[in-house]
Amino acid sequence: MDYFDIFISILGSAIRLSIPLLFTALAGLFSERAGIFDIGLEGKILASAFASACAAYWTGNAWAGLATGIATSIVFSLVHGFASITNRGNQIVSGVALNFVAAGLTIVLGSAWFGQGGRTGQVPASGRFSGITLPGAEMMRDVPIIGPLYANVISGNNILTYIAFLMVPISWWILYRTRFGLRVRAVGENPGAVDTAGISVAWLRYRALIVAGFLCGFAGTYLSIAQSAAFINNMSAGKGYIALAALIFAKWKPVPVMLACLLFGFLDAFANFMQGKALPGIGEVPVQIFQALPYILTCVLLAGFIGVARPPKAGGVPYTKER
Amino acid sequence: MSTASVPLPAWINYGLIPLLNLFLAFFFSGLVVWAIGESPFEALKLLLAGALGRGEGIGFTLFYATSFIFTGLSVAVAIHAGLFNIGSEGQAYLGGLGAALVALSLDRYVPWYVTMPFAIIGSALFGAACAAVPAWLQAKRGSHIVITTIMFNFIVSSLMNYILVRVLIVPGKMAPESRTFLEGGQLPKLDWLIGMFGGRLGAAPLNFSFLIALVMCFLVWLLIWRTKLGYEMRTLGHSPTAASYAGMRYARIVMITMLISGGLAGMMALNPVMGASARLQIEFVGGAGFVGIAVSLMGRNHPAGIILAALLFGVLYQGGAELSFDMPTITRDMIVVIQGLVILFAGALEYMLRPAIVRVYQQISGK
Repeated sequence: MDYFDIFISILGSAIRLSIPLLFTALAGLFSERAGIFDIGLEGKILASAFASACAAYWTGNAWAGLATGIATSIVFSLVHGFASITNRGNQIVSGVALNFVAAGLTIVLGSAWFGQGGRTGQVPASGRFSGITLPGAEMMRDVPIIGPLYANVISGNNILTYIAFLMVPISWWILYRTRFGLRVRAVGENPGAVDTAGISVAWLRYRALIVAGFLCGFAGTYLSIAQSAAFINNMSAGKGYIALAALIFAKWKPVPVMLACLLFGFLDAFANFMQGKALPGIGEVPVQIFQALPYILTCVLLAGFIGVARPPKAGGVPYTKER
Repeated sequence: MSTASVPLPAWINYGLIPLLNLFLAFFFSGLVVWAIGESPFEALKLLLAGALGRGEGIGFTLFYATSFIFTGLSVAVAIHAGLFNIGSEGQAYLGGLGAALVALSLDRYVPWYVTMPFAIIGSALFGAACAAVPAWLQAKRGSHIVITTIMFNFIVSSLMNYILVRVLIVPGKMAPESRTFLEGGQLPKLDWLIGMFGGRLGAAPLNFSFLIALVMCFLVWLLIWRTKLGYEMRTLGHSPTAASYAGMRYARIVMITMLISGGLAGMMALNPVMGASARLQIEFVGGAGFVGIAVSLMGRNHPAGIILAALLFGVLYQGGAELSFDMPTITRDMIVVIQGLVILFAGALEYMLRPAIVRVYQQISGK
């Protein structure tokens, strides 16, 4: 295999690995921009992955799976909102709690329902999102450079992949071009001002969390019925946290979020590729370095060595109306 | 009128409200058990019998509680200074490396009581080292400690993975773990403690680190409520501006607090690594760092409360394991659900019942 083919195959797998990150990081974007820290992203994608696998298994319909996944993830979001907005509890504690609940509940229910130690049943083909060949992909394949790029990287993905990339401009448009977006950004910076303008801080934050739940539902669904054909124990495997890192790395902005997710997805794909191979001149690089790299990069960024990452000002602080 | 500012007596704040929250958590856990077709009361009975019924069960319960006391103290010390250390998991993991290196290098030459002090220092140093970078980032660069400690959990996990798979692994073996420590690198079991109450420890790995944990509880109490540093930490936790106005140095307090917090988390490794398995294993922390968050919350960040909460979680862990034997439909992960619900109700929703309780209290006391 020559270098270009290798590059194409790594790129293709990088995109597949970055899709769940992209959905999750965009979810985090809405919630954190509204001033609610969301450590519970991990739990939400895990819960929705489980729910959509169950629904797709029983109905044999991928869209029913997606809807169930989204609904489950929104329920988790609402619990987070009830704890951290209505009851002004600690947002981080609430997120940690939801991660635990999701991690435990998926296995307990999965084992009780399917009896396979937490795995769900194999989802039939009709219940999965499979790859779509874009028009002209086969015709283009022989064109040098752009041919394989189009046929192997851009074409052949499932519909959720294209939705993920579509969500980036949509999120940007919502956040920066709509009244709702302006208010979400404002409530994350200065909830007092929003309240003074006669707009409900709580309802605004609830809506931002619902959007976050909606997007996490896609991420979970992608994991269980697009990338694979069943739910497996702890399927999210820290992706919620990597997405959180990507969100910070992107300084809480939609387009950089996409780039950060692609970068982290690429690192993951590259690590998989490099397993057991030696780099010319350096020798074998431990695969663990690539695994740790997203987190190290984020820490370096947070330290202020690559520009300044300034989080939304009111993030993590419950809003109390003046008494 | 708002009820948030109405003062309540201590027995309601520290007794009734946590108990009611705990009850709610168990109520919802019961619903889950009921939903999968088992009797919640039967499950509770089996759980308690498994955890407290025999000497061996009690030994396991106390063994788990030991780990949770360490991580609970770690979280609590940081919370007193207003810092949320979510990285106890990683700090404990790296602490295991410290303890293991000491045990591996000394176990051939000296008995356990000579190894132990060095192992305590080693594990605490490695745990503190893991907390040092997030602490420095918080103190000097203003990066949010919650985020950096999460990142460090993953960085440490990759690092330990590398060390166990490539460096400490026994040549020719498949399992990524160090060699088994000799007698000189193992902490003795506490048969006599259970024996005092007429039970038998059996296979339970309750060991000397339980006593170390109790000593640490006392030392933490001394630190927080009886020293100048503890006073500064609490001031910083209440109001950073007041602390700086009083001339307390923010960066210094943050650094010291996090080093102590990381050290306590690191010492947790003594229990599983030197006390139970006598070798360094992959992922040996197994979530105890996160349980520490729940323990600290339940125990209201006070050592006495932390011991009680750690015992509660010890009962859950041991009882849950026994329960999954007796009721195969309920897997061990039911504990994780209960744990999550306890954190949710006792932590995030701790104020949910307060307005209602204030109203009842006001009616009863006639104010």
